[in-house]
Amino acid sequence: MSNSKFTRRGLLKTSTLAGAGLALPTIFTGASAHAFTNDPTGGSVTLGFNVPQTGPYADEGADELRAYELAVEHLNGGGDGGMMNTFSSKVLDGTGILGKKVEYVTGDTQTKSDAARASAKSMIEKDGAIMITGGSSSGVAIAVQGLCQEAGVIFMAGLTHSNDTTGKDKKANGFRHFFNGYMSGAALAPVLESLYGKDRNAYHLTADYTWGWTQEESIKASTEALGWNTVNAVRTPLAATDFSSYIAPVLNSGADVLVLNHYGGNMVNSLTNAVQFGLRDKQVNGKNFEIVVPLYSRLMAKGAGENVKGIHGSTNWHWSLQDEGSKAFVKSFGTKYGFPPSQAAHTVYCQTLLYADAVSRAGSFAPCAVVEALEGFEFDGLGNGSTLYRAEDHQCFKDVLVVRGKENPTSEFDLLEVVEVTPAAQVTYPADHPMFAGGSLGSCNNGA
Amino acid sequence: MDAILLQILNGLDKGSAYALIALGLTLIFGTLGVVNFAHGALFMIGAFCAVTLSKILNASYEVIDETKTDFLGNPLKVKLTYVESWFGPETGAAIIDWTVPLAILFSIPIMIAIGFIMERGLIKHFYKRPHADQILVTFGLAIVLQELIKAFYGANPIPTGAPAVFRGSFDFGVLLGYEANAIIYPYWRMVYFAFSALIIGGVFAFLQFTTFGMVVRAGMADRETVELLGINIDRRFTIMFGVAAAVAGLAGVMYAPINSPNYHMGMDFLVLSFVVVVVGGMGSLPGAVLAGFLLGILESFASMNEVKNIFPGIDQIIIYLVAIIIILTRPRGLMGRKGVMED
Repeated sequence: MSNSKFTRRGLLKTSTLAGAGLALPTIFTGASAHAFTNDPTGGSVTLGFNVPQTGPYADEGADELRAYELAVEHLNGGGDGGMMNTFSSKVLDGTGILGKKVEYVTGDTQTKSDAARASAKSMIEKDGAIMITGGSSSGVAIAVQGLCQEAGVIFMAGLTHSNDTTGKDKKANGFRHFFNGYMSGAALAPVLESLYGKDRNAYHLTADYTWGWTQEESIKASTEALGWNTVNAVRTPLAATDFSSYIAPVLNSGADVLVLNHYGGNMVNSLTNAVQFGLRDKQVNGKNFEIVVPLYSRLMAKGAGENVKGIHGSTNWHWSLQDEGSKAFVKSFGTKYGFPPSQAAHTVYCQTLLYADAVSRAGSFAPCAVVEALEGFEFDGLGNGSTLYRAEDHQCFKDVLVVRGKENPTSEFDLLEVVEVTPAAQVTYPADHPMFAGGSLGSCNNGA
Repeated sequence: MDAILLQILNGLDKGSAYALIALGLTLIFGTLGVVNFAHGALFMIGAFCAVTLSKILNASYEVIDETKTDFLGNPLKVKLTYVESWFGPETGAAIIDWTVPLAILFSIPIMIAIGFIMERGLIKHFYKRPHADQILVTFGLAIVLQELIKAFYGANPIPTGAPAVFRGSFDFGVLLGYEANAIIYPYWRMVYFAFSALIIGGVFAFLQFTTFGMVVRAGMADRETVELLGINIDRRFTIMFGVAAAVAGLAGVMYAPINSPNYHMGMDFLVLSFVVVVVGGMGSLPGAVLAGFLLGILESFASMNEVKNIFPGIDQIIIYLVAIIIILTRPRGLMGRKGVMED
């Protein structure tokens, strides 16, 4: 005979209590085995590089990937160390991040928001990426930044210039090293004033999406503050390839400056068309007609060929800078790949080092610990002088370059020359500036 | 009035490109009955013929200039072109300067060969298949071609300039009694328009005044009867495919200085050119030309601020809007044959 007191009801009660008891530590303690998304448990950590590998910005994406690979090599102790040697923070020692070897996966954004989100999601969920970085478009950066916030991973933005990225669409888990439209306007205005005077009539052609709108707003505000008059601001479709019908009316409008708020293929075509129409050879209002391209990229300038000569714009960084950080980066990159890096390559290399450094200083991969380490972080030695990662909006404040298309280039890379290094103080704005209003960082998200 | 004249001029060069691509498209549809979605890729390949010739003519050897340094601080390697060293600096520079006109000669055999290979190697297998199959296979081919170009030339646009003598713009305004700068128009776009007119005229003359053209026209009208007369119409239609490819290629070559060639420029033109064909009338050559210029000019007008202020975004939809109206009111298109697309 059995004396067993087991009953079905009793077994259920016991199991439930035991289950709840076992679950208790995980639910109520923050220091569980998986307290945050993709906590790296082995000897390596995976970073996700999300760049355009196909589509119109594929060349820029390829240059970003080169820089990421170089950064990973340096973090793991390979190569000559690049800017790790000049970086003011000295916690990175070439042993990976927190002793874990750095590995990476790549995704293709295709410069499409939905494709970029899908590839970022895949890298987070399937590959276990602890951090996502990259992008060559503000629309993409904003979309991926939102996804990373929800997923509980850090997003280190690549090339994104819209005010909105750290303005109305800013997120606690997102950080931008690249400059923005406001900064371009603030840096360019004094140079434009000294070159072209205070009495000018500007005509804007603007790419019809988030980046174009914020850049137009920024440049208009800074040039109108000089006393310039904005004659007209025309939105052009992003898919436009021939801008002749938008450019032809410019001369007849009374404008004597054309501002091209275009990037990539749009910039190449609109600038080429403007030069074809002979705008630069004309005199209007008794003054030489001028063209301004507020956001320059060396890779894009190459596409416009000789048309960029003498045309002013702004850029985040240029390989010809002679500070120790820039020289170290150009040497590393140039030796490995045979040509100088672009500004896109520079910003993503910096972002990778900054993330690794923040994790090392925080002693944790937990996103909220990384956020805390990056907020208000001041550093130097990464090519843009003394730089602040502002806590209020996660935007880097550093020197901005005003550049001009070079008249006599010595090589196919020697297309731009630095006209002025605008100090960070001149491009700094209050965190509650109206152009950046409408959003909030919210709280950092550890996910999991 | 000056603004209207300006937009008509702008529409002419855009319309020229549409007309040339649409002419080839409708020629292929009219002869072979194939809807060729790879036709835009042929336009793009034409532009890259100019890029390729430019690269060939700019082929260079390196000479070390000890007085200068490169970005890594090493002695600068200066590139000198073979053409300039063979023909002397002045003649060599002139040859390089005239790359695009020279590319016309360079591209014709290449484009005819590509057209021939495309038709014999792939498209002929789809003659008797539904149009949907033809569209899928030719669209796939277009993607393959553009990815091949991207693999060789990269994704960035490649500047390919017009000869120096054609740079700058002509002031039509002064000629017509308006103020200076009221109506300006780049010289190269005038050349493009004249070139298009020449090519279009040449194709029409070829079809109208040669025996070969007469047979092709007869084949387009009644293929079976022509075949019953013992004429190998397939061979002639294959040649016409090559001619259509050459027309698209030439349109691309001459377009290279207008907008720097890039790998997706064919796709940018393809859809609009199809709309042009449908508006002009499927299979109608004069219709394709008329609709090309008409839609090019309409697109230019829709880009005017005065129009955009009343109808925001009209510049992006005008062509499709007109196409819808034409298809609804006259399904066979402006100059299409009676019965085509009307059943």
